[in-house]
Amino acid sequence: MDTHIIERLSEIIADGEMDAKYVNVESEHSAMSVCLGAQATGVRTFTASSSQGLALMYEMLYIVSGMRLPVVMVNANRALSAPLNIWNDWSDSFGARDSGWIQLYCESAQEALDTVIQAYKIAEDARVRLPVMVCIDGFFLSHVYEPVDIPDAQAVGKFLPKFAGPVIDFDKPVSQGMWAGPECYQDFKKEQNDAMIRAMEVIHEINKEFKEQFGRGYGNGFIETYNMENAKYALITMGSLAGTAKHVIRENKIHDVGLIRIKSFRPFPFAEIKKAIKDVHALGVLEKNLSPGLGGALCHEVRGMVKTKNVSSFIGGLGGRDVKIDDFMKIFDDIRHEKKELVWV
Amino acid sequence: MTNETKAKGCEGCALFFQGASNCSGCPETIAVRTILGVAGRNTVIVNATSCLEIFSSQYPNTSWGVNYIHGAFENTAAIAGGVSLALEKQGREANVIAIAGDGGTLDIGLQALSGMLERGEKVCYICLDNEAYMNTGVQRSSATPFGASTTTSPSGSVKPGNLTMKKSIVDIVAAHHIPYIATATVGHVDDLKAKVAKALKKENQPSFIHVLNPCPLGWRFDSWRTVEMARLAVDTGMWILFESEKGKMKITKEVVERKPVEEYLKAQGRFSHLFKPENNHIIKKIQEHMDSEWERTNKMCSE
Repeated sequence: MDTHIIERLSEIIADGEMDAKYVNVESEHSAMSVCLGAQATGVRTFTASSSQGLALMYEMLYIVSGMRLPVVMVNANRALSAPLNIWNDWSDSFGARDSGWIQLYCESAQEALDTVIQAYKIAEDARVRLPVMVCIDGFFLSHVYEPVDIPDAQAVGKFLPKFAGPVIDFDKPVSQGMWAGPECYQDFKKEQNDAMIRAMEVIHEINKEFKEQFGRGYGNGFIETYNMENAKYALITMGSLAGTAKHVIRENKIHDVGLIRIKSFRPFPFAEIKKAIKDVHALGVLEKNLSPGLGGALCHEVRGMVKTKNVSSFIGGLGGRDVKIDDFMKIFDDIRHEKKELVWV
Repeated sequence: MTNETKAKGCEGCALFFQGASNCSGCPETIAVRTILGVAGRNTVIVNATSCLEIFSSQYPNTSWGVNYIHGAFENTAAIAGGVSLALEKQGREANVIAIAGDGGTLDIGLQALSGMLERGEKVCYICLDNEAYMNTGVQRSSATPFGASTTTSPSGSVKPGNLTMKKSIVDIVAAHHIPYIATATVGHVDDLKAKVAKALKKENQPSFIHVLNPCPLGWRFDSWRTVEMARLAVDTGMWILFESEKGKMKITKEVVERKPVEEYLKAQGRFSHLFKPENNHIIKKIQEHMDSEWERTNKMCSE
């Protein structure tokens, strides 16, 4: 899953194509800890993880975001044990949704590459200074070969200049990672939330800037719509499911159902989604996660902001189960019929 | 409180300010000021969640006159490794000192410590060992000595306190074949200084120093006796001062006539129950264990 990413990175570094320190850590917890130490000293850092590895990292995810360190990581989304399962769903990163990391979900390998480049610029922006998790569907994106345009280093360097700090200074020492009592802890958390809200405009700007320079953009940076022009119904989903949904809509010449793909799960694009669904009668949310006792967490968030329309809830693809073309046809029908009960796809 | 004139004669005092909220008689200020006195300004301290972290870094105040990073409890070695690699990448040379307690080193931090030592990162790791989780109220750790009463290994009518022998962290560290390992106490400051100086040499890193930190609160002795308690530990053979440089081990403080362990035990409330007649065998067992450790260490030093 994530191993492909770090294996390839180790080759690039071993061949001298990239000037970086590569650390073979003994655990994911230490991976994020090494990132913390290095980033706090003042260099760019990167790691990749997945599933149980991300779960082991949870403690450090909160600390890195609380310390406002702009670490970037890729998470190859995979199911959590038990039962043990190595295939794709979003259980791992959904568990970390409140950790204070920006979470960007990608539909294709090309988008994954482009989003990692953008992620550093978003994370390091003075208005943001939060870590970014680039989420890609395990196997569907991590193990599938597809042609990818790799922009040349010079162009990327122009878009993303060298790391500009902060860097620790021995003449002006600082204490980082201090503890805060009841009188100020909440203020730190409010600042984190404010930064997350400011990240909205930064994500938008950087998506636009990237499109201008490289010719590729992903919706408005937070959501992407497809076939929504005359749609009476909408399906909301994320990640590689969107690719299949687009295919089904296109091949079957469906006019009444459109697609809204959420790219930015955190920060959550309330206003953008509201705008996108204003003319539809009903909608549905298809997701690869389960909050036992609640249902789909993404659907719950959408329902929280849509009071006057039916929002059907679909959970599918857990532990790597295929969500097929026929499943989408049925999902579209259920949305049209304003299905109330949770549907297991 | 960065008044450096006040700190004349104590360089470490200028780098770890007055006003920290630790207990009276706390050994950690002695240890930290001694360490910083040797290390100087060009230092990054990476600190585990611990007493030291709590009393020195409450926002918006800090006791630290050097760069200081606290992350979590169990990963001090990994964070310090990250700092060290980042400094190398930036082409800057500085001391990277990881400081953690016995819980943060022998228990929950053991894996990250092993990983950092195995990778050979340029870090000086110092364990300030007060032999229990003092920060959270004197719970037993794997560094708690046999027979000691703590809040999770209390002496009761059936159990006479902690029933396990102190984990030998220096043996575990030694298995990583790192260039420099030493033991020290806050009662032997010159010895600690000399060891920190060696441990900070890049060619000696990763290095490891295990410092005995007698805790008045948890060990239950009067707060003016901290230094005395550290010296008593060495004089009774409960703590052996040695160092290992590139595999060559030597005792750094010879104790010609070891005092019986009773003298150390009776000075501390955590062992007071051992002096009931029915617990005589526990004291005997501690003495035997310390005799064998003494022999084992001396044998290793003569090899």
